Amino acid sequence: MAGQTFSEKLLSIKSGKKVYAGDIVVAKVDLVYMHDGTAPLAIKVLREEFGEDRIWNPNRILFFIDHVAPSSNIDTSKLHKYMREFAKKHGIRVFEAGYGINHQVVFEEGYAVPGALIVGADSHTVTHGAVGAFATGVGSTDAAIAMMTGSLWFKVPDSLKIVLEGRLGEAVLGKDVALYLLGELGTSGANYMTLEFHGSGVKNLSLDSRLTIANMSVEMGAKNAYFPPDEIVMQHLERVGAKLPVKPVYPDPNAEYVDTITVELDKIEPLVAAPPLPSNVKHVREVEGVEVDQVFIGSCTNGRVEDFHAAARILKGRRVKDGVRCIAIPASRRVFYELLRDGTLEILVEAGCTVTHGTCGPCVGAHFGILGPDEVMVATSNRNFPGRAGDRTAKIYLANPYTAAAAAVEGKIVDPRHLLRKA
Amino acid sequence: MASKRFEGRAIRLGDDVNTDNIISYRYKSRTIDPRELAKHVFEDIDPELPKKIRPGDIIVAGKNFGYGSSREHAPLAIKGAGIRVILAESFARIFYRNAVNLGLLPFTVPRHFVERTRMWDHIVVDLEKGRVYNTDSGVEAAIKQPPNFMWRIVEAGGIVEYYRRHGRLPWEESQ
Repeated sequence: MAGQTFSEKLLSIKSGKKVYAGDIVVAKVDLVYMHDGTAPLAIKVLREEFGEDRIWNPNRILFFIDHVAPSSNIDTSKLHKYMREFAKKHGIRVFEAGYGINHQVVFEEGYAVPGALIVGADSHTVTHGAVGAFATGVGSTDAAIAMMTGSLWFKVPDSLKIVLEGRLGEAVLGKDVALYLLGELGTSGANYMTLEFHGSGVKNLSLDSRLTIANMSVEMGAKNAYFPPDEIVMQHLERVGAKLPVKPVYPDPNAEYVDTITVELDKIEPLVAAPPLPSNVKHVREVEGVEVDQVFIGSCTNGRVEDFHAAARILKGRRVKDGVRCIAIPASRRVFYELLRDGTLEILVEAGCTVTHGTCGPCVGAHFGILGPDEVMVATSNRNFPGRAGDRTAKIYLANPYTAAAAAVEGKIVDPRHLLRKA
Repeated sequence: MASKRFEGRAIRLGDDVNTDNIISYRYKSRTIDPRELAKHVFEDIDPELPKKIRPGDIIVAGKNFGYGSSREHAPLAIKGAGIRVILAESFARIFYRNAVNLGLLPFTVPRHFVERTRMWDHIVVDLEKGRVYNTDSGVEAAIKQPPNFMWRIVEAGGIVEYYRRHGRLPWEESQ
């Protein structure tokens, strides 16, 4: 019998039969979650079509109010109320506005565990591949079906093997690995596939950086990502307490992959995705001098402790340039609190950043930090489509937190290593 | 699905049409009403486009249509505008699945068909022959329909319709 990739093995376990890429399975999910952007439609489908008397397991369903949170307008407030009423009736936990961004909270509360099958009504659910879960984004109707039955159909994906070697250099983070891969694979190079990460470089990557890389795998079209769970993951789960059974799954050595890509981490430099697509990747040097109006440090991609430590290294003892808005959003209250205690927030506030509670903020362009015509933003988030964060003529450059902080200080895009050397 | 033949004007779009450009978060965060969403469909590609679209129009797009977020509001806005058929060189994964669940008809077509189609050309889709025709430019091509497992859902008019009709989900039949 041929060896199995992570996804083949995990979906075999969850469906109760041995399956390979291309097979269609009905698999049991361990967790389903959704947020204020996607839950209302799922609830509507349940209430009006499938019937809400058939709810699978309220303890394995999580709701988040994080996208437009707290609400900025009456229409959104009505949708939030709709969610809360449904959740209350069925005993589903709602993580209220301010608790944090759904993926970050699922991770840090210990709901994301090795070997779990997680579906979220949000494309960035793929984040949890960083801990060795099979986690994938679905639409609201599929989320409703998962809420109703605790299972869903899946096509077993092909897998692409990414071998990471070496160690990241100065001012380079997981974000740059994700952008590097986007440059290689484009917007659909991993469409319908699993990105399976291997190699000696994995152990040199922090968990925060792995989360960033897994998070942006969907920008390459991936169905999910996978990092083999190691000690760092187990230590994290011991610290926060695993909420689901931990059953690590590792691929077979003789598994078959559609392709193998080797990435030498030492050679990656700070990268930027210029508008209008995340795959429009350039070396930061190539876009130096682009003037910026707003900087955003945060999101499910780069709103963690490592990211704000990076930003603080640049911002310490410096000021955000006059005329530039710098919005810093730790992805959750837990991240916020940790940064509060270790002094990072003091550095950000002294530098002139606007620091606020965990929300998607400017990344989704719905309620906070909206860009006007022709404005330019450097953001640590994941998408730079026209109109994503405001007016369709605004321009978004995606970068790591060092580069974003450096742009805030200089009022233009610069290689952040210049500032680190001056410090 | 009653009809085996669809005719309409082409809404010609490019590569990587993403869900943000299909329907912006500034609208989808406020309503789940398909008709309201339809008023803003493709607005960030061309602000005039929502006003020009008529029911029965057919999307003809390049590769990776529906790239980006999982928002079902994207296919819902398209459906709300009265569009049933989407022809594209390829589709992004989550969008494709959402479109099928909503009973839209996403078909894959070769690139040359997309390239030789202009905005508002007359398009004919013949499901029995499995072909698509652009009667203005003269180009025609084979279409690739969703795999059988998904096609059952499409034929029922979407997963909700399927459930209404059968009282169970397609994969629950054998249980």
